[in-house]
Amino acid sequence: MPDAFGAALLIARKDLTIEFRTRTAFFSAVVFALLAIVIFFFAWDPTAVAASDLAPGVLWVIFTFAGLLGLHRSFGVELEDRALDGLLGAPIPRHAIYLGKAMANLVFVLAIEVIAVPAVALFYDMPLGGFAGAAALAAVMILAAIGLVAVGTLFAAMSVNTRLGELLLPMLSLPFFVPIVVPAAQTTARLLLGRPVIESVGWLKILLAFDLVFVAACTLAFPYTIED
Amino acid sequence: MAEARHAVEVEALVRAFGPRRAVDGVSFALDAGDCLAVFGPTGAGKTALLRVLAGLLRPTRGRASVAGVPLPGGPEARRHIGFISHASMLYSALSARENVELAARLFGVPDPRRAAGRVLEVMRMASRADTPVRSLSRGMQQRVSIARATVHDPTVVLLDEPFTGLDAAGAAALSAALGVLRESGAALVMVTHNLEEGLALATHAAVMTAGTFARYEPRAGIDARAYADAYRTLVTLDA
Repeated sequence: MPDAFGAALLIARKDLTIEFRTRTAFFSAVVFALLAIVIFFFAWDPTAVAASDLAPGVLWVIFTFAGLLGLHRSFGVELEDRALDGLLGAPIPRHAIYLGKAMANLVFVLAIEVIAVPAVALFYDMPLGGFAGAAALAAVMILAAIGLVAVGTLFAAMSVNTRLGELLLPMLSLPFFVPIVVPAAQTTARLLLGRPVIESVGWLKILLAFDLVFVAACTLAFPYTIED
Repeated sequence: MAEARHAVEVEALVRAFGPRRAVDGVSFALDAGDCLAVFGPTGAGKTALLRVLAGLLRPTRGRASVAGVPLPGGPEARRHIGFISHASMLYSALSARENVELAARLFGVPDPRRAAGRVLEVMRMASRADTPVRSLSRGMQQRVSIARATVHDPTVVLLDEPFTGLDAAGAAALSAALGVLRESGAALVMVTHNLEEGLALATHAAVMTAGTFARYEPRAGIDARAYADAYRTLVTLDA
């Protein structure tokens, strides 16, 4: 039998293969992200709000809601013909299912970030601050994506079997996204202004701490959300 | 001397959903190679019983074990079980082979690709192995689903209305595959509405109404026609 990590990799690979072939959630999320950037851009009054004040907020609003599209889809594919029963009937630990789903969702959110960050930088004429700044921004994106995905995957599992799943997922997730989005947006704002990375270390530590707490807590809680 | 271990053992099993008992005090035991056919009307608790045996539902009271492992039992119990439901449990965007191979890998089958090819061959699906499941007919999907559930050579196979949606070729392939499984020592629990198909495979038969076994007996002593009459009476009384 595969160990938990091996089983998680199998599940993540399966989810990414399905998404690559159908592209339903990814295209929806990318189109949503680009449309939101354009709408925010045309609604923006540059004489009233500086680009550096607006861009981080735009970026994290987009990631949050675009990510929710993928998170909802991740357990939606398991409902079709009750494929989830096939996973639950396999001799693998329950948390391997969670980790596999979370890994696939992480790739999904990072792929959206790879498209949305340059788009925001282009629309708002934001310098990415050279190599050090870009690397620090990439680190923030990855850390924040881990936190969002950890919480979102758990709530996606909880809400998928409910009648109002599409509404329930954001209602449950968004309050828990706040401790992730606040330090991520604060760090992004400083990095987009070209400030030294050292100024953001405090926020990065908070982000890392919430990541650790959310990943551990959600991994432990997941089996109770799917067992009947 | 050590006590002989049954392939499936169920004792006073209860599974409740709130105040309603879907399974209410069911007991039976099956040895390797036995096949229990469970008949009953919709809502009798047959599927709930199978889902408890599959480790997908926790028993509320009583005991159930598979290959000597008490249920729900975790991965150790689940590795012995193959579960075939009327839902295919397949991913429509993946091919038949990919679905079966994924199951083989999750069950830790050595050489999963070869094992997937073997069971697809048994289910007469080798020629469509690389076709996406969404392009297959319902009957073909059901055959792939059976291949998925049996790729790890389970010692206990649970079947929920397995003949539903199968054409004549699929039904024949399924009957043959179940016969092979029994000969290899697997115990089968099959839930079905179809008395004829159920009795053809069974070594034991039960009629389930309102969560309990109204009848439970070895197949050897059953006259199919009299059993069908008695079944209709029981189901009519339960309605």
